[in-house]
Amino acid sequence: MLYSEKVMDHFRNPRNVGEIKDADGIGEVGNAKCGDIMRMYIKVKDNIITDVKFMTFGCGSAIATSSMATELIKGKSLDEALTLTNQAVVEALDGLPAYKLHCSVLAEEAVKAAIKDYYDKHQIAYDIEKYCMGDCACCAHAHDEFDAR
Amino acid sequence: MTKMIYLDNAATTKVDESVKQVMLPFFDEVYGNASSLYVFGQRAKEKLEDARAMVAKCLNAQPREIYFTSGGSESDNWAIMSAAQWGTRQNKKHIISTTFEHHAVLHTLRKLEKQGFEVTYLPVNANGIVKVDDLKKTIRDDTCLVTVMFANNEIGTIQPIAEIGKLCREKKILFHTDAVQAAGHVAIDVMAMNIDLLSMSSHKFHGPKGVGALYVRQGVVLTNLIEGGAQERGKRAGTENLPGIYGMAVALKNAVAEMKTVAARETKLRDKLFAALSKIPHSAINGDAATRLPNNFNMCFEGIEGESLLLLLDDAGICASSGSACTSGSLDPSHVLLAIGRPHEVAHGSLRLSLSKYTTEEEIDFVIKKVPEIVDYLRKMSPVWDELEKGVRKHAL
Repeated sequence: MLYSEKVMDHFRNPRNVGEIKDADGIGEVGNAKCGDIMRMYIKVKDNIITDVKFMTFGCGSAIATSSMATELIKGKSLDEALTLTNQAVVEALDGLPAYKLHCSVLAEEAVKAAIKDYYDKHQIAYDIEKYCMGDCACCAHAHDEFDAR
Repeated sequence: MTKMIYLDNAATTKVDESVKQVMLPFFDEVYGNASSLYVFGQRAKEKLEDARAMVAKCLNAQPREIYFTSGGSESDNWAIMSAAQWGTRQNKKHIISTTFEHHAVLHTLRKLEKQGFEVTYLPVNANGIVKVDDLKKTIRDDTCLVTVMFANNEIGTIQPIAEIGKLCREKKILFHTDAVQAAGHVAIDVMAMNIDLLSMSSHKFHGPKGVGALYVRQGVVLTNLIEGGAQERGKRAGTENLPGIYGMAVALKNAVAEMKTVAARETKLRDKLFAALSKIPHSAINGDAATRLPNNFNMCFEGIEGESLLLLLDDAGICASSGSACTSGSLDPSHVLLAIGRPHEVAHGSLRLSLSKYTTEEEIDFVIKKVPEIVDYLRKMSPVWDELEKGVRKHAL
């Protein structure tokens, strides 16, 4: 099998899919050209992520990592959510094929981008170095020139 | 789990029962080495030559012009490397091909480029067909080879092979065609089409895997691919895979015999798929709708990604294929879809269904029911589709 049972479960039954109309922070990372975009919505109350939803355009592992990331940060404080690593998402999913690891990086970045957006909107100071800017250059994508020709 | 619906016959096919039966005696009855001089070995040799004659007849070639190989990739590599060797001797080091060949051709050409060859890659039309006029303009005095596929493996479009062959013959340029997807599916006549080298693969027409053939017009010199024996006129050493070779020959013979009826049936079912799935908003057929292999269906659905589509189709029991990056293991979508002008983000959302003579109308009806449901489901969770719907992003289809 290409994917673990857990990945397939989160792909087939993604948790927290959808949009939060009055979100406090929205993060979008990835690029349609690369084949995956994740958008994450968070509701924040007293520094706690009270609700989170996502929309993803991408492969099975992109959908599964988004779903798992939302599960891992729901109910957590912003500081805790910021410590979420792509490795933690991969482990929670019982692993990913090597060439799909960038999906977990995107999931981590989507969480950070949503929190950054919340800080920006609420004029809360933060260290910019810690956050993905949501562009393709942030992730491990490299495009094979020959195949593109 | 529902019954499996196999619609990936461009990837590989089921071996026909009749083909399987003719192969079996070669494992424990006629198992002699075709190179041995005793009668038992010579019986194998006779069967080997029967197979060669059968394959030749299907292409309107001579038996001595057929070389057995391990499959399509080997045939492509061998044909191109041989033509390049001929070119080097003539001091002609220019090759013309297209942007949407199979990687067995593209990667071989890439290797030759590193060895000092210059390769011109012809663009293909939006409908996935090469223009002979473009070819005419690129031919140079030092062009040694033109290699253009007979039919594309992803979008099934059939190329103007006879016209290209005629032009190459006039200009005294070798012409190779990768007919891996075409052999056994559409009529091929190497004489009438002026083909010098042609690659085919057994498992694309209900023959066994691991065997193929290269047609080499008499007079064209092949390089030695494998050293060490007199097999295949001394050009490819190694004891022949007789079960495979004989199975391929019978499979090809059967395919050619039933070609018209199978093609008519497949075309009807394929067109039913096109008609029904074209109703999905913001979708498009990839490649010319008519000038294509009878069993090939390929469409793009905007706002979704192909791998997710394939996984959900698999859950419904449907085996299909996509040109999305994620299904290829690379990060770029299909070079074929990019070649016909699909933007990256659209190319990621492609679906290829390839039918066979075993495909039933019930199966097609089930696919027609399932695909729109899955596309709709994936679009609902897609931020790209959301932006398209809200007008933030412009529809490309």
